[in-house]
Amino acid sequence: MARAAVSGRLGGRLTWRGARLVESRDETAAARTLMFEVPDWPGHLAGQHVDVRLSAEDGYQAVRSYSLAAPADGDRIALSVQRVPDGEVSPYLTQDFAVGDSVELRGPLGGWFVWRPAERDPVLLVAGGSGIVPLMAMVRARRVTGSRVPFRLIYSVRSPADLYYADELRVPQPGDGGLDVAYVFTREAPDGHSRPTGRIAVADINNGGWPPEFEPNCFVCGPTGFVEIVADILVALGHDPRRVKTERFGPTGG
Amino acid sequence: MTELYEDGNALAGPLGEIFAVDVTVAIQRCAHCGRTGPVAALRVYRHAPGLVARCPGCDGVVLRLVRTPDAAFLDLTGALNLRIPLEA
Amino acid sequence: MTPQGASIGLNGLRQRGLAVAIFTPGFHGRRSTDVQLPPGQYLTEDFPVLSAGPTPRIPLDRWEFVITTETEQQYRWSWDELWALPQDTPTVDIHCVTRWSKLATSWQGVSLDTVLADVETAADFALVHSYGGYTTNVPLEDLLDGKAWIVHQFEGEDLPSEHGGPARMIVPHLYFWKSAKWVRGMQLLLQDEPGFWETAGYHDYGDPWREQRYQGD
Repeated sequence: MARAAVSGRLGGRLTWRGARLVESRDETAAARTLMFEVPDWPGHLAGQHVDVRLSAEDGYQAVRSYSLAAPADGDRIALSVQRVPDGEVSPYLTQDFAVGDSVELRGPLGGWFVWRPAERDPVLLVAGGSGIVPLMAMVRARRVTGSRVPFRLIYSVRSPADLYYADELRVPQPGDGGLDVAYVFTREAPDGHSRPTGRIAVADINNGGWPPEFEPNCFVCGPTGFVEIVADILVALGHDPRRVKTERFGPTGG
Repeated sequence: MTELYEDGNALAGPLGEIFAVDVTVAIQRCAHCGRTGPVAALRVYRHAPGLVARCPGCDGVVLRLVRTPDAAFLDLTGALNLRIPLEA
Repeated sequence: MTPQGASIGLNGLRQRGLAVAIFTPGFHGRRSTDVQLPPGQYLTEDFPVLSAGPTPRIPLDRWEFVITTETEQQYRWSWDELWALPQDTPTVDIHCVTRWSKLATSWQGVSLDTVLADVETAADFALVHSYGGYTTNVPLEDLLDGKAWIVHQFEGEDLPSEHGGPARMIVPHLYFWKSAKWVRGMQLLLQDEPGFWETAGYHDYGDPWREQRYQGD
């Protein structure tokens, strides 16, 4: 069960904390979920992220941001990391980093791209690729808090093999009543999938989303180009821009 | 070509080193065009020697943050003001 | 923000003098230190794209380079006029303040000696201006004697816009933020005037061999 605290601060100032890897599992061939134990983790909201800092023995450091993938389980938090080819950090975290190894992290961070279980408005989640991570945190927070707020998730990926959390989303979980999931496959669709492959478009948002007069809160996360297309479609369909929250990630040094 | 920017959400960690409140939820008013919006919705360029946050309306620079080993330089001349929500 | 690993604030990651609480065994980053580089630099083979704003698009028929002196006298070159000047092909090492260095990069363009040859000025400083609004300051003597160029070709190809095309400055003996992309001109000044990064904490001169990264270094 998620604890309520939002601030990651000890005495008001953000600090780096030690975090030890206690468990990991592959999500796809190129993505891995890492479970960390962080002593005295204050809890977080769905949609928040952390900064992770790696230090080599000679003092060289690299810092990256990763979304929290699920509500905290006591002092345990989950991050899902996509391997960026030729990246400096993500290949290490997804391949070499082993149970018992440690990093430093600070957070939880960001109070804007968040969903609070006390909210009553319907929710539309639109994920592009690894942009599913903070949105899955919202789906999971809804489940564990027993929220009955209606959720719709539109999840765009290249192919079925690129789906994160595939089983958890395919098989209805207890508490997931009122969650609808629609898939957009851009390159390769599974057998029996009626939508032709191709980029997300107005029809996908129309069919898989909510009418604007329902005044849903919309969360869009994915690569910059994807987020711009979806946000433009939502506003063109009549959604209040203030209800469309975005989280972009560009080509990075991963 | 895709532009190399992200959302102002990315400022939460770097600004969290400086401020005791989450500045990304603050509403800023752009000094160049007068547009208002959350800091979290600025366009952040961070593949650079520092963080540069620009107005999504006019691309004017709203905020710059440079972190040195022992200091942070913060330039907010591009924001007329920040409305920071506080508990009543 | 990125859920999937954008780097943040590449500067200052090597926190000199600070105790590091936790080492991550087996993490080395992506570095090589086989060659002699300025202090705190790491060798890279690729060419990272850094940008602090939208990439300007400048039609070549509207491109110009303008030098404005301290007496407001102006000297202008169009794109064709730039190409008509004697061309140089420097091969130089470049050092970015975000800690990557790239060796033996080859360019084609015009030496600043050539464009400044007939300019009448008593100025000691230049403030270089770019399309898109970027600025950076360089002492005028650092632009002379074969130390700086306006380049329009990189490794034998037109300079891509993400690397500053159609034309950028290169001042390779200083940190690479001094080498303005999308260059459109410069002001010659009697007194030094800090540019975009220099007003945000970076060093006014920026010598990589003396590790002049920040104000006060």
